[in-house]
Amino acid sequence: MMESILLTIVLAPLVGAAIAGLLRNQIGKAGAHWATILGVGTSCVLSMYILYLHAFAGAEVYNQSVYTWMVSDGLRFEVGFLIDRLTAMMMAVVTFVSLMVHIYTIGYMHDEDGYQRFFSYIALFTFSMLMLVMSNNFLQLFFGWEAVGLVSYLLIGFYFKKDTAVFANMKAFLVNRVGDFGFVLGIAAVAMYFNTLDYAEAFAAAPAFADTTINIWGDEQWSLMTVVCILLFIGAMGKSAQVPLHVWLPDSMEGPTPISALIHAATMVTAGIFMVARMSPLYEMSETALTFVLVIGATTAFFMGLIGIIQNDIKRVVAYSTLSQLGYMVAALGVSAYAAGLFHLMTHAFFKALLFLAAGSVIMGMHHDQDIRNMGGIRKYMPITHWTALLGSLALIGFPGFSGFFSKDAIIEAVHYSTIDGAGYAYVLLVAGVFLTALYSFRMYFLVFHGKGPRDEHAKDHLHESPWVVTLPLILLAIPSVFIGYFTVGDMVFGDYFNGILTVAPEHNTLGQIEFTSAWGFVMHAVHGVPLYLALGGLFAAWYVYTRKPGIASELRTRLDWAHFALDQKYGFDHFNQAVFAGGSRLLGKFFWNVGDKVIIDGIAVNGSAHTVGWLASVVRFIQTGYLYHYAFAVILGLLGLLTWFVVR
Amino acid sequence: MIDWPLLSTVVWLPIIGGALVLISGDKSPNVSRWLALLVSVLTFAVSIPLYTQFDSSTAAMQFVEKAAWVPQFGVNYYLGVDGISMPLIILTTFITILVVIAGWEVIQFKPSQYMAAFLMMEGVMVGVFAALDAVLFYVFWEAMLIPMFIVIGIWGGPRRVYATIKFFLYTFLGSVFMLIALIYMYFQSGSMDVLAFHDLKLNHTEQVLIFLAFLLAFAVKVPMWPVHTWLPDAHVEAPTGGSVILAAIMLKIGGYGFLRFSMPIAPDASHTLDWLVIGMSLVAVVYIGFVALVQSDMKKLVAYSSIAHMGFVTLGFFIVFMIMANPAATSGAELGVQGGMVQMVSHGFISAAMFLSIGVLYDRLHSREISSYGGVVNTMPWFAAFMVFFSMANAGLPGTSGFVGEFMVILAAFRADFWYAFLAATTLIVGAAYTLWMVKRVIFGEIASDAVAQLKDINAREAFVLTVLALAVLILGLWPAPLIDVMDVSIHNLVQHIGVSKL
Repeated sequence: MMESILLTIVLAPLVGAAIAGLLRNQIGKAGAHWATILGVGTSCVLSMYILYLHAFAGAEVYNQSVYTWMVSDGLRFEVGFLIDRLTAMMMAVVTFVSLMVHIYTIGYMHDEDGYQRFFSYIALFTFSMLMLVMSNNFLQLFFGWEAVGLVSYLLIGFYFKKDTAVFANMKAFLVNRVGDFGFVLGIAAVAMYFNTLDYAEAFAAAPAFADTTINIWGDEQWSLMTVVCILLFIGAMGKSAQVPLHVWLPDSMEGPTPISALIHAATMVTAGIFMVARMSPLYEMSETALTFVLVIGATTAFFMGLIGIIQNDIKRVVAYSTLSQLGYMVAALGVSAYAAGLFHLMTHAFFKALLFLAAGSVIMGMHHDQDIRNMGGIRKYMPITHWTALLGSLALIGFPGFSGFFSKDAIIEAVHYSTIDGAGYAYVLLVAGVFLTALYSFRMYFLVFHGKGPRDEHAKDHLHESPWVVTLPLILLAIPSVFIGYFTVGDMVFGDYFNGILTVAPEHNTLGQIEFTSAWGFVMHAVHGVPLYLALGGLFAAWYVYTRKPGIASELRTRLDWAHFALDQKYGFDHFNQAVFAGGSRLLGKFFWNVGDKVIIDGIAVNGSAHTVGWLASVVRFIQTGYLYHYAFAVILGLLGLLTWFVVR
Repeated sequence: MIDWPLLSTVVWLPIIGGALVLISGDKSPNVSRWLALLVSVLTFAVSIPLYTQFDSSTAAMQFVEKAAWVPQFGVNYYLGVDGISMPLIILTTFITILVVIAGWEVIQFKPSQYMAAFLMMEGVMVGVFAALDAVLFYVFWEAMLIPMFIVIGIWGGPRRVYATIKFFLYTFLGSVFMLIALIYMYFQSGSMDVLAFHDLKLNHTEQVLIFLAFLLAFAVKVPMWPVHTWLPDAHVEAPTGGSVILAAIMLKIGGYGFLRFSMPIAPDASHTLDWLVIGMSLVAVVYIGFVALVQSDMKKLVAYSSIAHMGFVTLGFFIVFMIMANPAATSGAELGVQGGMVQMVSHGFISAAMFLSIGVLYDRLHSREISSYGGVVNTMPWFAAFMVFFSMANAGLPGTSGFVGEFMVILAAFRADFWYAFLAATTLIVGAAYTLWMVKRVIFGEIASDAVAQLKDINAREAFVLTVLALAVLILGLWPAPLIDVMDVSIHNLVQHIGVSKL
């Protein structure tokens, strides 16, 4: 019974995708959205049921194989499901956001070519993401991991005529592959030492290897667990866009806005956070790896937020905000506050999907002009979009009581209590990041929704609220963005929701040190902390600079020209990668081909031997004159020589 | 065991059928085409029982046929298959059908001879995989060159003469040394039985010399760096069908040779010289990957990608010894060999599909240059979907067959040495880079030229061939167990055998 429910959850979106994709000409536009919405809707309802069973009805953990992919040399490769409270939460979030995005897409993609193709892709994505989160083993995890990467590739390049889009999708795939390179080596290490790919078996085997060291370079001995955890985390850095593998995410905005909400904000990019949390029994065994995770996360959180301040493309502001928030989640993992990281993952999925979809609604109103400097005063024309975007922004900056407040404060508090290396560095960056978050979020909010009105008079005439298929998902996402934190923080972060799923070593138990009585008490407590005032300060600064004294921004920009340059160039990552990795690979390839293959192998070895044979033949040809007397003479000479040799011997 | 000589049927049916097609002549090309299709489908049908009636619980040779051939020299007509050769035979009979269909109306010049060449080649290649007598093996091995030589030489591109001669000399050079090794072992053992060679006692020097002789023969076939440069030339000049057979089947004969001859006959030398083969394999994966990146000719690009992918095959085979010697790795030696085998079968599908896809474009625009295309998706959306799918398979995406072998070999390589796995895994990045960059330039973007604007999407015949291959790639990717299960015992036995020193 359970197995058929789970299979339905996974396969319903896949069937929808197949119908919308393969029969696109037969079923038409409405057929495509109905097929996929029915598929994803079915999965969403059943996922909610699963969540209910696990969160409220005390269902047992389900850990079963569906079929054996193969068995080689005693190593079992399975496809199977592990359903516990963590999976149930992820399934509910993924299918809910996906369903919202499906409905929204009906409005957003209404006039676009490739309508059916788009629905097919997003349903396929839902299937892939579910395979990833529901997996009970590393093989299927990797399958889902790469499959979401494939769909991301297809969707970023959805407008395949645009050069920037087809460049961005290749870049996204390749940068993710750099992460997967580490990931696959991590899986290989797990398979070698634990001799299994099953999560439960691997976690059971791991403690025996706590003190194992391996030799990788020279004589230095590395802790096996550190190597495994860092290799796996490199995969997470690719998928969850952590510095320096973050470069693909801003470019992924070339894709249509609904997928930016679904894939590049709410779900796929959080796969890395999910994976590390799932592997908490391994990460708890290596403090070095945790420090690595923490430093990368905090660095991403602060420095990417900084770039967000100067972006003018509405989607890119939200994209940098996503990078920054992913950094917060990763930092939470680094201080072993896995529950807080997952909690932020959940709240962020709602409010960030909301913000992206709201941005998409604005983009529709602005006829695909995405520059926030051309906008303004939109609140009058698009009230629902405006109010929901405001709620989303307040949730994002952690305004007390909103969902983002609980998750972000829990993370910052946890980092505060952490004693591992790098915690001090991370704390400063994360706290400062709160100010940045409020600043870039409300800079965008004021520029878009307040002020005089669109620069282009013509645009003003066409501005109107989006259709209900667009605004309904906004409203449905705004509700959890506001409330879900208040109602779930007690259980998820400080309660026993994740008991038995997340492992936290006693000395890393940062969340346990935070005083928590009730959600309301947590709000009250914030009044005594710095982050609240930084958030309010950022909000106020944005209001003052962008509605009262617009001169300040340009003044600052001229004064701090070098800083603006650094941010505008995104610290030079793209140029560096383009010159060193892309250019270097091509140079290396040309060198290997021209020098190695053409000159040395073909030129000297192959054609050289052919020429030598030719030359030898031409020499030998000299003695083959065809004159009988030459041959007779040679025979006599030879005979004479042989006779002499016999005689003299 | 059944009485009907199944293997002989699979060998001789296409050869005799090919002769009939040849006789049918070009007066009515459709007759020879349908006849060729009939023969290839029949051969495939006849080869199916090799799988369904295969006993996967034994490593012994099955479907054995043995008859005296030249009794004076102990030469027998001796055929048989185990879990290593059987999948490759079915791959051969399967791919040949697709080649016949793919050449249907594309080949207008002497179609009957074209079809006949491929059918005869099919029979001979099956013979190579099934032969258990060294002389018989050698005869098939050399006979295989002739039809391929003709296919490239007659239906090939402008530089076909250079390519055929290079192809012929390279492979011939290798096989001469193999012949010497075979004759030497005949004098030692008094028979030409390949299985008897497996148990033949040889001292270390003998083993090393025999190993090197075989290495030369098989490395050229695979092809391994640095004896690979004939392959891109041959592919570029060969007609689509020739490229498909070359990449999908002929390269596998090299890999098969390592498992059937080099490793079991000279296990100690294989162990001593494993570093050499591993080194050549890793160079193939890394170096060739970068070379593929800068190709401007699609066929050359895929040819280089084939070399890189075949590097995984030889890597998987030869890390066995290091895994067995590594105290930290409790098992996994078979994982590498099985991974190499899966990679061979998978590469058979994917390289066939890639060359057929390029053939589809070439038939329309008569150019293999990447720069002649751009924005093909606008005019050929279904074709583009196939091409992207096969490219993803080529880049080793999980869920496709391309992933299975590479994944297994990387997992196994990690057990031998971290750095082997590290270098092998770079294919995740480089392999994706050269494949997707090609896709980007050929498939995506605005329509690049008037010629591209005139393109017609694939017809039913082309769609059929590509669909069949896509299904094969998907099924093997989603459920490789049936393939692993038939080869499991044979490979287990092989690994046991090579683990025991002959000294």
